[in-house]
Amino acid sequence: MSLLPFFQWLASTPWSVSLHESLWVYPLVESTHVWSLALFFGFTALLDLRLVGLSMRRVPVSEVVHRLLPWMIAGFSLMVVTGLLLLYAIPVRTYQSVFFRLKLVLIALAGVNAFVFHTGVFRRASEWDRDPIPPKAARRADAFSLALWVSVVFAGRMIAYNWFDCDRQPQPSIVNWAAGCVVEPE
Amino acid sequence: MTLLPFFEWCEATSIGQTVRDSLWLFPVIEATHLVAFAVLGGTVLLVDLRALGLVLRSQSPADLARDARPWQRASVALALATGTLLFLSEPIKLYYSDPFWVKVVCLALVIPFHFALRPRLHAGRLAAFVSLALWGGVAWGGRWIGFSG
Repeated sequence: MSLLPFFQWLASTPWSVSLHESLWVYPLVESTHVWSLALFFGFTALLDLRLVGLSMRRVPVSEVVHRLLPWMIAGFSLMVVTGLLLLYAIPVRTYQSVFFRLKLVLIALAGVNAFVFHTGVFRRASEWDRDPIPPKAARRADAFSLALWVSVVFAGRMIAYNWFDCDRQPQPSIVNWAAGCVVEPE
Repeated sequence: MTLLPFFEWCEATSIGQTVRDSLWLFPVIEATHLVAFAVLGGTVLLVDLRALGLVLRSQSPADLARDARPWQRASVALALATGTLLFLSEPIKLYYSDPFWVKVVCLALVIPFHFALRPRLHAGRLAAFVSLALWGGVAWGGRWIGFSG
């Protein structure tokens, strides 16, 4: 089963067309998407510094996390909302973009990483809360998180390029498979 | 006097040609530029919103600014390095781009303000507004270069 018909239907809705063609709204949504990313990244960077033990050493890790978390969730939510609007503006091409699909996989991995951190080593945070340098598992989760989010930004930026678009054929079959392109047999 | 001959010289540099002729270099450098922006923009937002009393009130503004500084130095350096490469690949287009000049003027003002002047100031709120306006101008100009191609 393919989701393609759903995205084709989305593309035919009048709001999708207006959003795509608007001179100001699309760039504004796009800019907001990037700014909310920055907000999210700024908090991640600070949390990161604490988790590797470079700053706020005297503030317990759990306190840093609890203070930053609501803002990270706010930045993340704004990113998701604006991201969905961007998808809604250009549905079919985005759905069939290998970079978009890669981005979703990377976001899912970042989610798993965060889940493992919160249900694992962070649950025992009371044991190491005041350690200037947290245990290895926490630092590892932190490094994964940073690497994954940087990759998400890369994949997201690459959606703009059309090297692997379905309407550019011939493509290697692995590209067509990954992008879900419907190619007429020769 | 015009700067156009300088921009033409930049356009002819071998670095500019290499980036321009490659399929992958420009996108990869641009994505790196974007990561640098994200770290810089995020920490700037945090520090300025704290100075305005909107976030993280239990943390002192000076401590937060100090914690953010190493990230800001590193990300400004990365953004300038990647930005120079991007610039060299298309200087003549940029010469005729208004958003580019907005970005350059804001950058020329904000870098000395941010790294030299601001740490000596105690005017928290005003400095935060100036910082948000100037860094916002840099980001706005940068984003709009892409839309006005």
